[in-house]
Amino acid sequence: MQIMATVLVPGIATGKALVLPEPLSLWGGLNPETGEIIDRRHPCAGQVVTGKVLVLPAGRGSSSASSILLEAVRLGTAPAAIITAEVDGILALGAAVAREMYDHSPPVLVLDAAGYTAVQTGDTLQINEDGRVVILPLGH
Amino acid sequence: MLYNPAMAIELTTEDQAMWAGEEGTAVQMAMRILVTMAGVYGATRLLDVASAHIDGCLYHGYSGLEFAEQLVAGGAQVRIPTTLNVGAVDLLHPEHFQGDPQLAARATRLMQAYEQMGCQPIWTCAPYQAMHRPALGTDVAWAESNAIVFANSVLGARTNRYGDFIDICMAITGRAPAFGLHLPENRRGQLLFRLEGIPPQLLREDVFFPVLGYFLGEVARSKIPVIEGLLPETTEDQLKALGAAAASSGAVALFHAVGATPEAPTLDAAFQGRPCPQPIPVTLADLRQTVNKLGTAADGAIHVVALGSPHFSLAEFAALMPLLEEYPPHPAVEFIVCTNRLVLAAVQQRGWLERLRAMKVRLIVDTCVVVAPIVHRQGGVLMTNSGKFAHYAPGNIGFEVVFGSLEECVRSATQGSVWRDNLLWSSN
Repeated sequence: MQIMATVLVPGIATGKALVLPEPLSLWGGLNPETGEIIDRRHPCAGQVVTGKVLVLPAGRGSSSASSILLEAVRLGTAPAAIITAEVDGILALGAAVAREMYDHSPPVLVLDAAGYTAVQTGDTLQINEDGRVVILPLGH
Repeated sequence: MLYNPAMAIELTTEDQAMWAGEEGTAVQMAMRILVTMAGVYGATRLLDVASAHIDGCLYHGYSGLEFAEQLVAGGAQVRIPTTLNVGAVDLLHPEHFQGDPQLAARATRLMQAYEQMGCQPIWTCAPYQAMHRPALGTDVAWAESNAIVFANSVLGARTNRYGDFIDICMAITGRAPAFGLHLPENRRGQLLFRLEGIPPQLLREDVFFPVLGYFLGEVARSKIPVIEGLLPETTEDQLKALGAAAASSGAVALFHAVGATPEAPTLDAAFQGRPCPQPIPVTLADLRQTVNKLGTAADGAIHVVALGSPHFSLAEFAALMPLLEEYPPHPAVEFIVCTNRLVLAAVQQRGWLERLRAMKVRLIVDTCVVVAPIVHRQGGVLMTNSGKFAHYAPGNIGFEVVFGSLEECVRSATQGSVWRDNLLWSSN
């Protein structure tokens, strides 16, 4: 299955989807040293985002989230890609600055409602430069 | 290959000169990031901003320091009045920093880098209570979630929910992408919240506001809530607490309170003359439930009381002082208040600083307890009247949280365990 996303920050990535049922502020919500979700009120607290395709409705709260994303890129704990249901400039900014500073970053994409609900935790997603998101069959 | 949306953005001659590197490499990188972000937001042009407030001076890791020092090395200087949000170190009392000395050194270096770019070192998340108050309708480039929501909602200035990196990019170019809340038509309300059956005396209690804000943020997420039912005499500090909490539980950048904020003299004005949506009721039961959500620990022993997120104002100190005189904190309870240097000077002038010191109350400036290792104790239960502290303390500094009113915090500190005002959330 293949869906088209809007590209905010382009790139190529493959990884298993981690779908968050609720928005997450990376500041106060993600430990960039471990890649772990540390917002204890969040239903996915304790999960590790590193190398995953992080799928979430939106960011939340503090505008410092872009710093945490940049730091996660520097430390190699960042998600492989980020997909949101609405444009989150703060996450896109972290990725855009990572490209300036470190020449690479997780691609950041936005899916419409139908595409967004098609993605399930554990799906392997392949993300292409033009925003094509391929959902690979189980077992990949 | 760098994503290049520059083709889609209409740049002025001055913008193009900055983009081409004619004003140095720092300005060029800033303009490149701005243009990328204009593309992200679907803006087709940039606009002038009159002032900036920078959040990037808080240390989140070495990458942020590398970014700032690269800008300094590239000759960056701000071209509009620019204030600084908190750093990780209280520069007046650096001994308060309890963490790794290397971390403190790097955090201090970061703060210095932003000063070198010409920013005003006021180090506060409440710049609007430290003389940085843009006028109604002014486009500004503000970062830090509570400062943003205050600038938009209470001052009626126009900023988007900017954050680290883009804040300084706008300060050194004087430009911002023309999108979102800079455009008047995007500032009309999107959701209507109607207070129903809230006891009138509760509307005057400070504790009502962070709770209402936390509730609104959870429901509104990034939308613009309009609140009907607040009193016209709602204070600036109450609106500040409301906004900070709404920007913690949600991504609220602007709210309108009918009759209490400048762009909402009437319900009709809040929706810019459009039909208003079906009201969402806010009941006492909703608020009681929110109070429970704000805490992570059951009422029992407490170890720390932390006040001042956003930074405590002079008016808030005026309310705190008589309470503390009546109920001084137990020596085993750490009592910390975060504020800015201007308020600290005023507190000292009134003779309150001596009294606070005598009671072992610690005043922190330039930083705050959830962004820096300030609390002496490792873990335990922290009590606060701030929705923002309550939201962030468990994840950021590993404390369990109890939320309460100012009086509940002070009286709990006296006895070392939670004291409740049982009438506060009652229905009569």
